[in-house]
Amino acid sequence: MQLRLKQYSPLPGFGLTLGYTLAYLSLIVLLPLTALFMRSTSMTLDQFWQTIVDPRVLASYRLTFGTSLIGALINLFFGFIVAWSLVRYRFPGRKILDALVDLPFALPTAVSGIALTTIYAKNGWIGSLLEPLGIKVAFTPLGITLAMTFIGLPFVVRTLQPAIEELDGETEEAAANLGAGRWQTFWRVILPTVLPALLTGFALAFARALGEYGSVVFISGNMPMKTEISSLLIITKLEQYDIAGATAIAIVMLLVSFLILLSINGLQWWLSRGQRKSV
Amino acid sequence: MSIHVENVSKTFGNYTALKNVSLEIKDGELIALLGPSGSGKTTLLRIIAGMEIPDERDGSGIFFHGEDVSHRQVGARKVGFVFQHYALFKHLSVIENIAFGLRVRPKATRPSKKEILSKASELLNLIQLEGFGNRYPAQLSGGQRQRVALARALAIEPRVLLLDEPFGALDAKVRQGLRNWLRRLHGELKMTTILVTHDQEEALEVADRVVVMNQAVIEQVGTPAEVFHSPASEFVMDFLGNVNVFRGRVEKGRAVWGDGTVNVPGLQTSSNGLANVYVRPHELELLRHANGSPSLAARVNRINPAGSYAKVMLTANDGSDLQVDLPFEQFLELDLQCGEDVFVMPRRVRVFSPDYEI
Amino acid sequence: MAIAQTALSNHGRVQQATHDPRWLRLLMIGTTVAFIVLFLVLPLAIIFREAFRNGLGAYLKSFQDPAGWHAIKLTLIATGISLPLNLVFGVAAAWAIAKFEFKGKSLLITLIDLPFAVSPIIVGLIYVLLFGMQGWFGKWLSEHDLQVIFAVPGIVLATIFVTFPFVARELIPLMQEQGADEEMAALSLGASGWQTFVRVTIPNIKWGLLYGVILCNARAMGEFGAVSIVSGNIRGKTNTLPLHIEILYNEYNVVAAFAMSSILAMLGLVTLVLKTVLEWKVQQQLRDTLEPTTAEAN
Repeated sequence: MQLRLKQYSPLPGFGLTLGYTLAYLSLIVLLPLTALFMRSTSMTLDQFWQTIVDPRVLASYRLTFGTSLIGALINLFFGFIVAWSLVRYRFPGRKILDALVDLPFALPTAVSGIALTTIYAKNGWIGSLLEPLGIKVAFTPLGITLAMTFIGLPFVVRTLQPAIEELDGETEEAAANLGAGRWQTFWRVILPTVLPALLTGFALAFARALGEYGSVVFISGNMPMKTEISSLLIITKLEQYDIAGATAIAIVMLLVSFLILLSINGLQWWLSRGQRKSV
Repeated sequence: MSIHVENVSKTFGNYTALKNVSLEIKDGELIALLGPSGSGKTTLLRIIAGMEIPDERDGSGIFFHGEDVSHRQVGARKVGFVFQHYALFKHLSVIENIAFGLRVRPKATRPSKKEILSKASELLNLIQLEGFGNRYPAQLSGGQRQRVALARALAIEPRVLLLDEPFGALDAKVRQGLRNWLRRLHGELKMTTILVTHDQEEALEVADRVVVMNQAVIEQVGTPAEVFHSPASEFVMDFLGNVNVFRGRVEKGRAVWGDGTVNVPGLQTSSNGLANVYVRPHELELLRHANGSPSLAARVNRINPAGSYAKVMLTANDGSDLQVDLPFEQFLELDLQCGEDVFVMPRRVRVFSPDYEI
Repeated sequence: MAIAQTALSNHGRVQQATHDPRWLRLLMIGTTVAFIVLFLVLPLAIIFREAFRNGLGAYLKSFQDPAGWHAIKLTLIATGISLPLNLVFGVAAAWAIAKFEFKGKSLLITLIDLPFAVSPIIVGLIYVLLFGMQGWFGKWLSEHDLQVIFAVPGIVLATIFVTFPFVARELIPLMQEQGADEEMAALSLGASGWQTFVRVTIPNIKWGLLYGVILCNARAMGEFGAVSIVSGNIRGKTNTLPLHIEILYNEYNVVAAFAMSSILAMLGLVTLVLKTVLEWKVQQQLRDTLEPTTAEAN
């Protein structure tokens, strides 16, 4: 048996297209990423460690991680409700709302950023309503969380929608037939089926929020130790020509993102083992 | 154009699709590659078309009219290929689908626009779809799409026509109609045609010769009559038509049947041992009383009288189930009832066993 | 992908099988509307409100700033260069992945998804590491009097990085679903590789292609974080539109900031509309592929 790298096909163009693809990828992606990791090795381990455990940096990690997580959780919960309503129910304006879900994708992050800040500032539409209650939104972690929620919204909804659409109405009928109440049907039948999609959407929203800059930087206020997100810290260090420091922080963030990406793939693979969808 | 396949093998990773297959196809004949899924028939067809390349082996090759085409590209082989799912160009009209092969010819050999359209229209008439030229594949029925696929393949004036399970996705009645139509068309065009199918009725009805394939090898090549009435192997006998199988014995060159032994044409007189005895349902006779010839006692279980043959299901007293097909008049004469005890006699048996065949 | 097919056949059945009690339905719909209005409609609305706060005159005056026009021009250049390049890449990658079987395919697909996992800030950073003064090519570039960082090429590169997956990601599943039969048929009829691609493949993928281009475009024009780093933020010279908006906002030039934003917001809305329309067209094409043959009379 010969070990073949590629199966024969009379279709032409394989060499050309694959070659171009690999060249493009290497130039745009692989080369720059390699530079990043190589650069990190120019620091000693000690220097690296010193940089990333600096209190200001740690504070930014806590903040960024915490707000992204909460934002993703909010999206998990509400995203399901939105996806379910959009797929299962008919109501006026449904199509418009459905199209709007992609707004965070379509709108530049800077524009979203200043819009959100304006809404939640002291004299903004919502900010002014909450101010008398003593709730400050803009320039606080709460505001950052809301921005994180905004940016992650489409991820959960869009990954859930196909999964909910694919739900076989018959299994729900069968459950009802066997005496299950609606809640039980949801908990035992519906949720387990859409769980892979739900978790994928969550992880995507989380990863995206971690690295988000534009929509968050305006509303966060950027006070070191209090409302400084990690992305901003990287820029600050760059402006101070502390390239090594910026790189160190970036690498930590990158590793976390990759871990999340890997776990999504791993999770999807693991969960689909039991739930083989037949075509 | 004659086709000669010489010692062709094909493996996909660990899976062997074809093992040393050789085949001779005469100019102008309509030959069917028949077999179950996984037999290698489609792989063989695709290799002839140039869509797969056979494993590199000494002495292996594909020859069109004596010319070695093993290393020639698909487009250069001038074969007309009709895909199982038609593969019509969804975005082109029917007439443009048919004209495609002519339109893409290099400038030097391309006919004029007028000629292309007239040729395509001619073919449209041939497949009896005049007036459908401007429709799109999505607006056609399955049978119509199949005919368009055929016309498209014919437009390039191929040397051979290759059909990959062309009627598989269609209703029984449509299939029957298209089968007849294909046979008539072949009579007119007299083009070498290779048809791949898993439907034995189709192969036996349509083809001049049938190539029975199983698990990467050719079991038998012959006319429909030959493969049906003179199967060369257990597989062919079992695959074509209905058959009763008995785990029986052979003694002194004769098959043990009930209380006696029967003749097996071609068997050595010295043969002894275990054997599988094959009899076709229409090669058995039913009698109410034994008449001296070797017969098997059996009880009637079920009768299906609907059809030109009455099908009688019985259980022999050794426990085996068998089916006897009786011509309807004979069945009426016998006036059988369920539960009756009768005697079954073979007119003709075949024996296949691990040690020897026939 | 069974998604398209089951979505179509299930919709009718599921509609009948909706057991959710009325109060639950109302609650869910209400929550959905509230959530979307709060998080999506409100920001959209405020952009236009702030832009027109001082009336139409002030709105139009915002566009008389030459720095603003320069920013628009730069955005268009960056997008105009990255779009075609990413288009070619997307088509090439989808062709290689969808029509052939080879080892390492899933790794390739993961690599293509990479930009989604990398923060835009990090994107900017790594290009600085490559082409900045202290970067790998820094010395070589300054010797040859070429500038990447703090100049247009850097902006273009960063834009390409964050937008290149869009076309590919859209085409790959589409072409995988369509298979290679039609291309094979064209080849068997004597068409050359190029003829097959132009006459058979492209018509089948045109809506998916357009869809990918729309997404790519929206992202390219709106990219902020990555470009922020590589551009150096020099007003009037290396500012794209989003960067210019940031400057205006930080200068408390609120009306102008939102006026400029309104352009991008309108572009965003157009993107959403086109996206919805094209999505429907793509599903339609997918449906044609999956449609079983109707066996009526001959």
